[in-house]
Amino acid sequence: MIHAYQVVVAAPYVAALVLLVIPGYRLGAIANVAASALTFGAGLWLMVSERVVSDYAIVDEFNIVFIVINTLVGFTTALFSASYIGHEIETGRLTPNLLRFYHAMFQAMMGSMNLALVANNIGLMWVGLELATLITVVMVGLYRTPQAIEAAWKYFILASVGISLAFFGTILIYLAGQPVLGEGVPAMTWNLLQAAASRMDPAILDLAFIFLLIGYGTKVGLAPLHAWLPDAHAEGPTPISAVLSGLLLNVALYALLRFKMVVAGQPAALDPGPIMIVMGLVSLIFAAFMLYQRRDIKRLFAYSSIEHMGLMVFAFGMGGPLANFAGLLHMTMHSLTKSGIFFAVGHIAQAKGSQRIADIKGLSVTHPRLAVAFALAVFAISGLPPFGVFTSEFLILTTTFARDPWLALLPAFGLLVGFGALLMRLQDTIFGEPVGPAHRVDASSVPLVLHLLLVLTAGIYLPPVLVAWFQRAAELLG
Amino acid sequence: MNHAYEISHLLAGVMLVTSFALLYQQRVAAVLNTFAAQSIALALAVAWAAWSQGRPDLFITALIALTLKGIVIPVALHRTVARLGIHREVEKVVGVGVALMVGLALTGLAQALLFKVTHGTASHAREELALALAIILLGFLMMIVRRNAVTQIVGFMSMENGLILAATGARGMPLVVEVSVAFSVLIALFVFAVFVFRIRERFDTIDIEALDRMRGDRR
Repeated sequence: MIHAYQVVVAAPYVAALVLLVIPGYRLGAIANVAASALTFGAGLWLMVSERVVSDYAIVDEFNIVFIVINTLVGFTTALFSASYIGHEIETGRLTPNLLRFYHAMFQAMMGSMNLALVANNIGLMWVGLELATLITVVMVGLYRTPQAIEAAWKYFILASVGISLAFFGTILIYLAGQPVLGEGVPAMTWNLLQAAASRMDPAILDLAFIFLLIGYGTKVGLAPLHAWLPDAHAEGPTPISAVLSGLLLNVALYALLRFKMVVAGQPAALDPGPIMIVMGLVSLIFAAFMLYQRRDIKRLFAYSSIEHMGLMVFAFGMGGPLANFAGLLHMTMHSLTKSGIFFAVGHIAQAKGSQRIADIKGLSVTHPRLAVAFALAVFAISGLPPFGVFTSEFLILTTTFARDPWLALLPAFGLLVGFGALLMRLQDTIFGEPVGPAHRVDASSVPLVLHLLLVLTAGIYLPPVLVAWFQRAAELLG
Repeated sequence: MNHAYEISHLLAGVMLVTSFALLYQQRVAAVLNTFAAQSIALALAVAWAAWSQGRPDLFITALIALTLKGIVIPVALHRTVARLGIHREVEKVVGVGVALMVGLALTGLAQALLFKVTHGTASHAREELALALAIILLGFLMMIVRRNAVTQIVGFMSMENGLILAATGARGMPLVVEVSVAFSVLIALFVFAVFVFRIRERFDTIDIEALDRMRGDRR
């Protein structure tokens, strides 16, 4: 009997192999959508199927949240990409062969992220996350412009530093688990490590967590390890920016949270909470100020991703059922909204033939419907009601306020600073005299509208089933 | 039993010495030769661990380290350097003296950190791990203080050598050694195919300085 989690991991990899041999990019794009739809179906199926704990795979309430978001956004991004990427051939930025490679790599990346999410083995999880990272490095360099190559090189160097530190941390966790659980596979298995954490040497766990925090924190995009993130978002194809911000950062955060659960099981080890609170706040406030100086629209939203990842890390650092619930909700809302924004940015870049904010004036005159959709998406990400991001940010701030009123001032300040920057930039792009060319946009607006509707619905009414499910996941997080 | 650890320490020590040697080489060709020597020392260390721990699967790791990192990659990089006609001298961000002093401090840090933390585990494992961490940190240092793309790649691969040493030092660690070797293959291919040639194509140089001119927002 095949279990849903096997489909979630295997389907994208099989699809990647098939896509490598499919001639013609139109057929490839359709096959890409079909494979992503299949994976999303399997992700939904996972919600109702039995929970799994085996030597190599784990499916619990906590990682299902991540898997469903991952497969959903993977599917909508494939949909967006199918209608978007043909344009890149017309403008000569990509060749049909490169596009075939792109589709195959897209599926391989989805498969690797899903592998990292279902792995019950810390080594296997590392492999999944690193494979996904290396594939995105190649994707970022896909256009082969000097800027793209520089971005890919910077990403490669910083990611490889992250890879190495995370791997050394993984070895240290194994060393901590080995005297308790014995040599071999058990000392690398999540659920066993978590159960046995109280008997492990706290000093080794401390050191391991520091390495893992820096290693995986580089991938989450926490300041001061974020330098790769804006370049990688700006220079790669837009669907990849959507997946980077919406998904890959989440998967890295997931790895960090799993290790936090292990270390938290040993009371004598250092408390991961305060470290995460500080790193989260630094990223949040730093990124909020950086938003003001951006000239490139994709860089702008890349910094906004750093800001929101910082807020999530802050929430998870606070810990406890309420803050964890708020953090998980914020992660979901951010994934949906941010990938939606990158879809809109893709439309704008096609309409204006440029990513520079100065070139995107007067959108409301030339492309009124696109301007409205983009404005709504930016309202959503800057935390205005009635969108879901408002709900989650409000929850994070109120839980913090209940515990420590002074501490709540800092994230509130960061969010306000970021809010101002986003509205200023929104005004620059929407209003004013139109400049430059105004092309017709071919890309489909269905994924963008779908994401906006989901975020709006979540902001107005969260179904009790969903709330109960997130609460169970938040409790697992401790 | 005792001399088993002494031999593995000796080989790990040789690797550490080559890490320092990588920092003071003046010519790219010498950097590549030193890296090859380090990889051969790694292959011997892994082979010794395979024999003394009775884990035949580690011999595969040793063989891959020997052929790929000891021979194929250095030879290929030598040819790349010759064909592209890039600078034969190592371009430095800081001088040799400063780099060596920082390297020494990092090695001391690695020893102090791990000895302090791992007092519970068996002594041979922690000494091996401390040496491995020193090699990893020196690899980082090399990536930071050397400017040229080829020397940065060598710094990265030397860091990987340290990681593989650490993984073999952790007794009975499953799966990961094989996987990390697979990764070094992947990364090596990736580095060659994607970067060296594309950077050449675009800039007629593989000096990272040329890339840095494109830094920041487009204006």
